[in-house]
Amino acid sequence: MFINPTSQHQHNDNTAWLDRNIVAPAATAETPVVLETKGMHVYYGGNEALYEGDLQFLEHQITALIGPSGSGKSTFLRSLNRMNDNVAKVTGQILYRGVDVNQPDIDVYEMRRRIGMVFQRPNPFAKSIYENIVFALRRRGMTDKKQLDEIVETSLKQAAIWEEVKDKLDQSALALSGGQQQRLCIARALAVKPDILLLDEPASALDPVSTSQLENTLLKLKASYTIIIVTHNMQQAARISDYTAFFNLGRVLEYDETSRIFTSPKVQLTNNYVAGDFG
Amino acid sequence: MNKQLAEQLRKRSKAAWLERIGKIVSFSALALITLTVFAIIIFVASKGLATFFDNHVNFWNFLTGKNWNPTITDKSGQPEVGALPMITGSFVVTLLSALLATPFAIGTAIFMTEISPRRGARILQPVTELLVGIPSVVYGFIGLTVVVPVIRTIFGGSGFGILAGTFVLFVMILPTVTSMSVDALKTVPRYYREAALALGATRWQTIYKVILRAATPGLLTAIVFGMARAFGEALAVQMVIGNAALMPSSLVSPSSTLTSVLTTGIGNTVMGSLDNNALWSLALVLLVMSLIFNLIVRLIGRKGAMHK
Amino acid sequence: MNPKTANKIATGVLYGTAGTIVLILAALLGYIIVTGLPHISWHFLTSPSKAFTAGGGIGIQLFNSFYLLVLTLLISFPIALGAGIYLNEYAPKNALTSLIRTAIEILSSLPSVVVGLFGFLIFVVQFGFGFSILSGAFSLTFFNLPLLTRSIEEALAAVPETQREGGLALGLSRWETVIYIILPAALPSILTGVILSAGRIFGEAAALIYTAGQSAPALDFANWNPFDISSPLNPMRPAETLAVHIWKINSEGIMPDAKAVSSGASAVLVIAVLLFNLSARYIGRRLFKKLTAAD
Repeated sequence: MFINPTSQHQHNDNTAWLDRNIVAPAATAETPVVLETKGMHVYYGGNEALYEGDLQFLEHQITALIGPSGSGKSTFLRSLNRMNDNVAKVTGQILYRGVDVNQPDIDVYEMRRRIGMVFQRPNPFAKSIYENIVFALRRRGMTDKKQLDEIVETSLKQAAIWEEVKDKLDQSALALSGGQQQRLCIARALAVKPDILLLDEPASALDPVSTSQLENTLLKLKASYTIIIVTHNMQQAARISDYTAFFNLGRVLEYDETSRIFTSPKVQLTNNYVAGDFG
Repeated sequence: MNKQLAEQLRKRSKAAWLERIGKIVSFSALALITLTVFAIIIFVASKGLATFFDNHVNFWNFLTGKNWNPTITDKSGQPEVGALPMITGSFVVTLLSALLATPFAIGTAIFMTEISPRRGARILQPVTELLVGIPSVVYGFIGLTVVVPVIRTIFGGSGFGILAGTFVLFVMILPTVTSMSVDALKTVPRYYREAALALGATRWQTIYKVILRAATPGLLTAIVFGMARAFGEALAVQMVIGNAALMPSSLVSPSSTLTSVLTTGIGNTVMGSLDNNALWSLALVLLVMSLIFNLIVRLIGRKGAMHK
Repeated sequence: MNPKTANKIATGVLYGTAGTIVLILAALLGYIIVTGLPHISWHFLTSPSKAFTAGGGIGIQLFNSFYLLVLTLLISFPIALGAGIYLNEYAPKNALTSLIRTAIEILSSLPSVVVGLFGFLIFVVQFGFGFSILSGAFSLTFFNLPLLTRSIEEALAAVPETQREGGLALGLSRWETVIYIILPAALPSILTGVILSAGRIFGEAAALIYTAGQSAPALDFANWNPFDISSPLNPMRPAETLAVHIWKINSEGIMPDAKAVSSGASAVLVIAVLLFNLSARYIGRRLFKKLTAAD
């Protein structure tokens, strides 16, 4: 795909002022940088759709990506584990623990196992609850029944749905409620033991009770996983995330600790958006 | 940089390997079908053209000659391979059956989409599907035992001929044209109807002035598809047309079509001989007509797309 | 004319045309069943046909039809499946793909007699298979591939994209996702498509008369060695099918009870196709329910 060097140059010029508002989180020995984007651009059919700021994500933290619809937050998220490979061209670096995974010689399947994803609409497979969880493991050659059983139990427990489904593991996953399905999808993602979990508006199709269950689940998962979540729900971002990035018109306008984004943002637009009077 | 991780991420996984194999296998299947189509065209063309290149039959004489006796040479020493009777027969049965089927098919399609969608879905859709499913030899057999005797009684003669062929093809293409017309009418947006009705138009005015016009490209496509099917139908027509390779003198005199001569002839000729090659030329005409019907459908589709 | 009167007349005419189609089907089915059913007996369905005397059956033809159907599906299903998967899952939007799609459309609109003649040229003559079940099955494969490919492609396309994403996000390849998740989910509609195509194959004759042949040599139903010439399973023997039989005895048959035999055979053929149709609907619906069952 054709990349226009002049347009890229212009963007750099126009957006230089933005960098002041993108505060790199303070990485420590306990919470090192796990994922980082550098100079990432997304092109749809030759036209640049997104210019992304350089973001760093810390280990065992929840980072929320917020912004109005069409701001590019979902596209950004889906580019991180290269789910956009077939529909868009992504340039720049995506550093996963220092390794640039946006390279052709990277095995995307191995990479996606480590950087898992949960989607907007719950998408359990038309199989039993048990089979949903072990499906990817079986495909990777794990056959030991005891081991599989164990993983099913741990992942379902981690996703806080074990108590609800432990007696009906062989029933169709499609029979579960929307909220249960979404937690099952999280359990399914956890079963392959990922490092990072990307969530694309995971609660947008859920009722308030299910949403709050899901949020509690995520807060517990934080202890063992790095979580990046796209949400259109500001309260949700405020409740669960440690860091927040605000997207608008395909750019990151501001990135900082969540408390600062919600109390004293540097950019007026961010302030308008989190205050709810946007557009 | 984390070396160990980089190595792990760069190793070809089983999934990557499977993906490559799967892509190759599935593409091979698709390529096989595509190659077959080209092979069919090339083989039939090379056999069909042999009449003109190897046997030096004049192409124009082939298209316009009225005598089909490939084993006999005429006064000027040229073999008698005039395909006009069969070409005429094929075109006449095709046009007549399409002419007959179109009003019934479109009328039924309108009934199914505009008048009574409920009955359309519950009764007429299964009916058309079942009619499509009835094998062509069964149509031929009924044509032979019902249509031909009726024509014989009314018009005299043998009863075999273009009229019988037309009736059989009419029933055969009716369901195809109907179900494709239904699809065409269903693509007309709902608000067209609502807008017309809101302006005080009667249902028929709405159908006639708005819906039929909006759906014209789709309806034409349906008719062309029906004609393509009629033109290529072999056995049902062969059973009722009388199989006389003569210029049709009336609708009730025994005649022939390209397909009927082909089905009766191929088995009685020797591969590579002139009379066999001449039959392949008829097959080539069939093939070319099928391509032309395809082209027409495409042109209609493109024109319809332009108007939208 | 007053628009209201025109509206009434037009509505009446439309009722008339719709009624005509129903009547035509009813008359067709009625005629076939009424004239054919009395000839159908166990003897008729199982005994071999007779060329010159009355009282022959359709046993061998019936067996041939089924055998040919099974072979054709065995050959064409994997090819159509692969092609359907590639078209729906991998094919990029480019000139090559549109050329391929055009080719498939052309194949689907080719007269079956032309497909049969090609089969005759390639398999019977060139490859030396002679008039045989194998030649017939290959020819029917060409005849069957375009529609089966399209129905498989449509069945796959009906499975939501989110299911594919689910598989990909777990680190599985698209191929694994399609084979183990999308295909099972699309199974009901794929099966419906296969059964409907089976009906078409079962009734097809024009593509067979010069490939599978027009003769039905006696078979020894105790001999299941596929390499033996009198074995029913031998794919290299000529095999007149039921549909070809009907055509054959009506266009050049000399048996005294040709009409009775064709009536019976037509009824059997139509009943078989009806069964294919009904079972396609039934099985499709059943499987769909089972897959999406809430309990």
